[in-house]
Amino acid sequence: MSIFEIEKAVCELENKIKELREFSRLQNIDLSNEIEILEKKLKELQKEAFENIRAWDKVQLARKIERPTSLDYIERIFDNFIELHGDRLYGDDPAIIGGIALLKGKPVTVIGQQKGKNTQENIKRNFGMPHPEGYRKALRLMKQAEKFKRPIICFVDTPGAFCGIGSEERGQGEAIAKNLFEMSTLKVPIISIVIAEGGSGGALALAVSDRVWMLEHSIYSILSPEGFASILWKDASKAKEAAELMKLTAQDLLNFGVIDKIIEEPLGGAHKDVDRVSKSIKQNLIDEIDNLSKLDIDILLQNRYNKFRKMGKFIE
Amino acid sequence: MINLFKKRQYVTLSQIEKKNENYFKPFIPDGIFEKCDECGKIILKEDIEKNLMRCPNCNKYFRMTAKQRIELIIDKGTFVEYDSNLKTINPLDYPDYDIKIQNLVKDTGINEAVITGEGKINGESCVIAVMDSYFLMGSMGCVVGEKITRAFEKATEKRLPVVVFTASGGARMQEGILSLMQMAKTSAAVKRHSDSGLLYISVLTDPTTGGVTASFAMLGDIILAEPKALIGFAGPRVIEQTIKQKLPQGFQRAEFLLEHGFIDLIVERENLKKTLYNILLMHRG
Repeated sequence: MSIFEIEKAVCELENKIKELREFSRLQNIDLSNEIEILEKKLKELQKEAFENIRAWDKVQLARKIERPTSLDYIERIFDNFIELHGDRLYGDDPAIIGGIALLKGKPVTVIGQQKGKNTQENIKRNFGMPHPEGYRKALRLMKQAEKFKRPIICFVDTPGAFCGIGSEERGQGEAIAKNLFEMSTLKVPIISIVIAEGGSGGALALAVSDRVWMLEHSIYSILSPEGFASILWKDASKAKEAAELMKLTAQDLLNFGVIDKIIEEPLGGAHKDVDRVSKSIKQNLIDEIDNLSKLDIDILLQNRYNKFRKMGKFIE
Repeated sequence: MINLFKKRQYVTLSQIEKKNENYFKPFIPDGIFEKCDECGKIILKEDIEKNLMRCPNCNKYFRMTAKQRIELIIDKGTFVEYDSNLKTINPLDYPDYDIKIQNLVKDTGINEAVITGEGKINGESCVIAVMDSYFLMGSMGCVVGEKITRAFEKATEKRLPVVVFTASGGARMQEGILSLMQMAKTSAAVKRHSDSGLLYISVLTDPTTGGVTASFAMLGDIILAEPKALIGFAGPRVIEQTIKQKLPQGFQRAEFLLEHGFIDLIVERENLKKTLYNILLMHRG
């Protein structure tokens, strides 16, 4: 059974429980035993689904339209968020948002790729696929953070950097490269969290950080499974097989040492309880920024260099 | 007799004749001629090689192997190779990847898609890295990333300038997320080299795309390119599929990048060594 079939069954069960409750209240009959049995079954079903979750299920979960976006987390985690716009060179890219905010009373710079909640909003946000001006805005805000000694928090959620005529004309490759280059020595702590989809260089451009975390059901990969299948097998419809092969789940990446931590999601996914996930991210951020801020800047930068330096597998 | 020259409506060919058609063809051993895919002319391979791997008829630039490139740029007898012992493994257990690499190593005579080392350009020392598009389209996996990173680290340590010839389809899919991380790793090494006040010249050759464009290729203090080289982030096919329209002529060619301000100079192949030397000379110190 795929996760969506199970989710359908879960939904049906939830409705049945609701009906029984209503029935028992109206008719004044005690059905608490029956309800308890159903609730137990529900829990088991959900648990089973998420224990056997396949990579492809995660891809779909990460792309779910109900999946919380950067702004959902920002408004729950930070206070007084002020959005800042524009790269001062060309324009303002709605696919990347950024600004300043307070985290438990301390100023931080927050940046994130932003997807829409519906088609109309997604068109405005370009489905979370940034243009070069988005990456340049992000870099401008990071440099500003460095000047004012504010830690930087990045939310990663993009299928990839946009592939189009304008993005090539304005130097998509150069924009991403410059972010990797500059982020490697920014003199403030940087924490990146992959909240849903971390696609390719477009995701990495916000993730050369001291700590990279992933939500339990998010993905992070060299390319979308569709792109991977289309490049290697000339057949985008083999995305499902590609997803299983690519090792793109949070658990895989933790094993590879590419990420540092997995943040748990409630059963069913982050959209089932955004408040709880936000609370968990917030606590992790407060603790880790505290830790990182204690480090001498030279040590922080040396650690950041070493972190990426040791990534890669080969024989010598 | 006259009937013989009369135009007939049908020509019949017997099966036997068809089978033996090779018999009538002149015998041409493989690898002597090459067809130029720009002008369509059949040219002696030797003439292409004499013309620095360019078509003698239309001046189309053919891709050079890393070894040919080093021969062209580095003074004879001065090249010392780094890290030729690194070996690629198969981190994703991608089917048949090991065999593919083994065969490429055998066919190309290099251990991976880049050769790195140290040498002299008209007497000026530098660290050089040359990518080879004949090795799995010059894609960057763990070994390529490691070799590039080590080359920059060595140059930083020895206080030498770096020259990189890029030729790559981008990050190597078969090594998954680890290939992506090579972009961060190499860019960080370039930053350290740069922060030490040292010169980095990147020379973009056909093709330079994807994760290589989006990392060290675009980070040169001075960025040169060969005429008409394809340079971009996304490949043209991917863009056409995304935006569902045909791309304009000359899109993503070196001349297009020059016009849009992303490269410093386009240099003809015969002038490359001299140009590199001149730039190195002005940064000696």
